[in-house]
Amino acid sequence: MDTLQHLLGNYLGYGVWHMLCAVAVVVPLTIFVAYLTFAERKILAYMHARLGANRVGPKGLLQPFADLFKFVFKELLTPYKISKGVFYSSPLIILACALLVWAVIPFNAELVFAHVNASLLYVVAISSLGIYGIILAGWSGNSKYSFLGGVRATAQMISYELAMGFALVGVLMVSGSLNLKEIVDNQAVGMLGGSVLSWNWLPLFPFFLVYLISGVAETNRAPFDVCEGESEIVAGFFVEYSGTSFALFMLAEYVNMVTISAMASLMFLGGWLSPFPASWSIVGVAGFHWLLLKVCILLFGFIWYRATFPRYRYDQIMRLGWKVFLPITLVWIFVLGLWMVSPLTIWK
Amino acid sequence: MVTVVLFYLFAVILVGSALRVITAKNPVHSVLFLVLAFVTASCLWLMLNVEFLALSLILIYVGAVMVLFLFVVMMLDIDLEEIRSGFWKNLPLAILLGVVILAEMVTILVRRPIVVTGTADVQVLNPDNLSNSYQVGWLMYTQYSYPVELASMILLLGLVVAVALTLRKTNKNAKYQNIAAQVATSSTGRVTMLKMSTEIDQIATNEVAKEVIAEITSADGGSKK
Repeated sequence: MDTLQHLLGNYLGYGVWHMLCAVAVVVPLTIFVAYLTFAERKILAYMHARLGANRVGPKGLLQPFADLFKFVFKELLTPYKISKGVFYSSPLIILACALLVWAVIPFNAELVFAHVNASLLYVVAISSLGIYGIILAGWSGNSKYSFLGGVRATAQMISYELAMGFALVGVLMVSGSLNLKEIVDNQAVGMLGGSVLSWNWLPLFPFFLVYLISGVAETNRAPFDVCEGESEIVAGFFVEYSGTSFALFMLAEYVNMVTISAMASLMFLGGWLSPFPASWSIVGVAGFHWLLLKVCILLFGFIWYRATFPRYRYDQIMRLGWKVFLPITLVWIFVLGLWMVSPLTIWK
Repeated sequence: MVTVVLFYLFAVILVGSALRVITAKNPVHSVLFLVLAFVTASCLWLMLNVEFLALSLILIYVGAVMVLFLFVVMMLDIDLEEIRSGFWKNLPLAILLGVVILAEMVTILVRRPIVVTGTADVQVLNPDNLSNSYQVGWLMYTQYSYPVELASMILLLGLVVAVALTLRKTNKNAKYQNIAAQVATSSTGRVTMLKMSTEIDQIATNEVAKEVIAEITSADGGSKK
């Protein structure tokens, strides 16, 4: 950064340096997402007892790029009587919100794009903005199918955001900080310090479950994908989009999956901490590879749920969010509060 | 220097989008401009280092309240011509009200002007180097705990009233689901396995089965297999 500021002047060097950092975060993330789609196809195929994509490149490894080029060279269709500005900006809104979250997600104890004190609040705030992309995509397509899909997705995301927020309150209570790095650091200390047992997933098990299931609902993945519901409303809110703009929706959906998995790993599974004691020579070292491993395990879960569970009925989704998860989290916040002030506390 | 430029940039966007809220023809566009106004206001707050308030503004107003606004406005079938028809008739009254409000605001500003001392880089003082959310939380649950509890009780009251107003179990035709009963069903309660007479015959002898099939096909006119 100092070299760049020396070469390009103070402000320009600062800007260029942060641009380069942003590219260094976004490009690997996009490639990861591309191979996530490939992994999803292969894993689903394995679970359906078929072969899956295996034609493009060795063992089908170039398939994501073939998909990308197919999208890019497709014609952009414009439906009749649409609100043009809103129609073309909503995929960008969704993708921008999905990528903006990654500005504050730490990759290991030092590596993070922006050191924001209230980074958890930032993540929640920005991901709540992503709803606008969906609702506007549904509205601006001037189609009843996409509108219904947008309305369904919005109602679902608002409902599950509450349960998710309350699950995060539990994490905030035990770590006493809104900073993601401090949340991870605080999981390494305590009565059971330094082991898998001291990570938040065990003491806060109900919150972990609620967060994980709400995360699946928040990303509109199966079995919560009624907003896409291809047997009822064709393909939901992006039914009017083709070519690159459709690819942007897909990209945003998978980035959101990675974000939810990364947040769950950071807040409940100890982030970059190693599950083994620090005294062990190689496997005991904390680092980015542990975070990556945890994220991959959670992402495998996302794909596994899709192959396993049938789609929820819409009223069942609403009931699960409002009548099951919300009361569970509210009661557990009280229980957790009592636990923390009682002599049995493990967080002192 | 950068702060000043950013401030004026955000201020211009804020005022412009606020104007577009009332001048936009499409109600959905008005709501979107209101969202832009909220986001810009939150950017201005961020420049004052009040990160907790700025992010809460986005989280609560933009992420929840305005989405519900947009939800309702999108589903309304608004006839714009009808709304605009009374424009010239109501204009004098609107101007009168606007002038009164403006006069009140100007009076207050003139009598007690807000003087900003120091440079343009006004920042909220942070003596102990504590995080903004920590300070807000500390004040809310110590000095202002009574007003906070009062406000939360009022909100709870609103919630209960909304449920009480809409939940009426007086309608005889209304259908309710018993989720526990739905979940507790088993396959034995839903599916009954029957042995058909033809199947029994088939098991007995093959010739009898052929006769039965011939009888059925002649009786149904060959429609049944």
